[in-house]
Amino acid sequence: MTIAVSILPEQQLATLNAAYSQAVARRRWRLLFGAVVFAAALLLAAVGAEVNLRTLFTHFGNFVSYFDRILTLDSGQRVWTDVGEWLWGWRKWLKMLGETLLISYVGTLTGAVFAFGLNFFAAENTSPSPWLRFVVRRLLEFARTVPGIVFALIFVIAFGLGPMAGVLAIAIHSTGALGKLFSEIVENADMKPVEGIRSTGASWLSCMRFAIVPQVTAGYASYALLRFEINVREASVMGFVGAGGIGQELVVAIRKFYYSDVSAILLAIIVTVFIIDIGTGWLRGRLFGKEART
Amino acid sequence: MTRPQEVDTAQIRARYPDVFDRPASARLAMPAMIVAALAILVYGLVDLDFSPSRFFAGLSQLGWISVMMIPPDPGSSLPVYLKALGETLSIALLGTTLAAVFALPVSLLAARNIVPNILRFPVRRFLDSIRGVDTLIWALVWINVVGLGPFAGVLAIAVSDFGAFGKLFSEAIEGADQKQVEGIRASGGSALHEIRFGLMPQVLPVIAGQVLYFIESNTRSATIIGIVGAGGIGLQLAEQIRVLEWQKVSFLILMILVAVAAIDFISGKLRFAIIGRRAVA
Repeated sequence: MTIAVSILPEQQLATLNAAYSQAVARRRWRLLFGAVVFAAALLLAAVGAEVNLRTLFTHFGNFVSYFDRILTLDSGQRVWTDVGEWLWGWRKWLKMLGETLLISYVGTLTGAVFAFGLNFFAAENTSPSPWLRFVVRRLLEFARTVPGIVFALIFVIAFGLGPMAGVLAIAIHSTGALGKLFSEIVENADMKPVEGIRSTGASWLSCMRFAIVPQVTAGYASYALLRFEINVREASVMGFVGAGGIGQELVVAIRKFYYSDVSAILLAIIVTVFIIDIGTGWLRGRLFGKEART
Repeated sequence: MTRPQEVDTAQIRARYPDVFDRPASARLAMPAMIVAALAILVYGLVDLDFSPSRFFAGLSQLGWISVMMIPPDPGSSLPVYLKALGETLSIALLGTTLAAVFALPVSLLAARNIVPNILRFPVRRFLDSIRGVDTLIWALVWINVVGLGPFAGVLAIAVSDFGAFGKLFSEAIEGADQKQVEGIRASGGSALHEIRFGLMPQVLPVIAGQVLYFIESNTRSATIIGIVGAGGIGLQLAEQIRVLEWQKVSFLILMILVAVAAIDFISGKLRFAIIGRRAVA
């Protein structure tokens, strides 16, 4: 089989090539400049973060062997050969997992209720006055930018050790995050029903209740479920600072080198997160159909 | 003035049976769900040791703390805090870059249009389980390996983002247009050529956008991994909270807020410069 490729005369080709390489050269220079700047930033960051490749290489074996160790029982066997021994504390761990779920549930619900109360003031189209909107927005921004675990650290001191601090931290963080999302839904709502209700002489409150709320509840519930999913992960580490949940057990196991316990608790957390992800995904699909999934 | 027409309820009822005679199950579903939700809430409050007295005692305590936070004041340790902030930014940048570099090849293995399902499935589950473990937990693990300090933080962010990037990148690759790949194949390119010249030009801008977005959100994560001892400003924050130096605490929180806002602004600009005014998925 012969292959026919048309080849232009040398002269014509040369001018075309020159034009092409000129066009490409500028882009290449810009890319190179970007790459150099990025590399310099990385180098600076490496110095700042005390990166020491020698430490990494000498200890990298540790990382691999760490997983080897957490998958080994005290008797020297692999964990899955003796599941009863591996999951010896399952009653306690299940209880702590339940506590974690409760923390995220109560936190999410409280956060959602507060976000519901505040979001009408934060939305462009329903806020009664601009300064109120400004204040509420800044408040929500603050609640969502400060990490939940920082709130937890402070609340542990104010409210004492225990799940209460975790719940409040998650509630505040969720208020901030959900308040923003909720107010965005409200901003996208149709304003004609509001006008209809206002024309009957209704107050602001009834306008919200009868015109806006029926339009937005499905979106609210969908976001709240999504938040619950995120909060389960968040609640699993609240115990690191003493704010309740399974994190407490995990941090003790890691710090005291109870290797097989670490893997057991990690497994429990991963499985729980999976189940919650799948469960809320299913619930969202059931409740709101496919289009409401975000 | 005309009076509104007399409403014949019976007639309306007969005309719209769907509205008036909804089955009991449909009418009761909503209240039942609300009651169930409230029941779990109450159970949770009891189980988690909530009591009004504790709550209000805590609130007044919190009020005191807020009063003591004003005015924010770094004392004499401003240079230390600035260094810690730099450390945090370094952790975010390095960790995200490292994660992206390692995630790119792996994401190819998780994309439906590159590899068969048999290989894809385990890779996906592997990435899922990495993502299921929180950054803070990874930080604790890495502290065991490389010791306390920001380096452990870099590695923690790198590992947990590796899972997230693997998923996001592979989705970007799956969403890429196959026609360009077919074009390369038609001109006799090998599988690697297909990826390099057919796929990469399409997915790189998307990936760059996502990486920038993650650098932004990792600035937040990097502030908290210090709490378990992995360097950065979180370490200072946790220490000052533990010794109840509230003015320093409020100063540190303000610093974090300002830094996050600045990074948001910069990376927003960069993102638009790279991928144009398009939403980042």
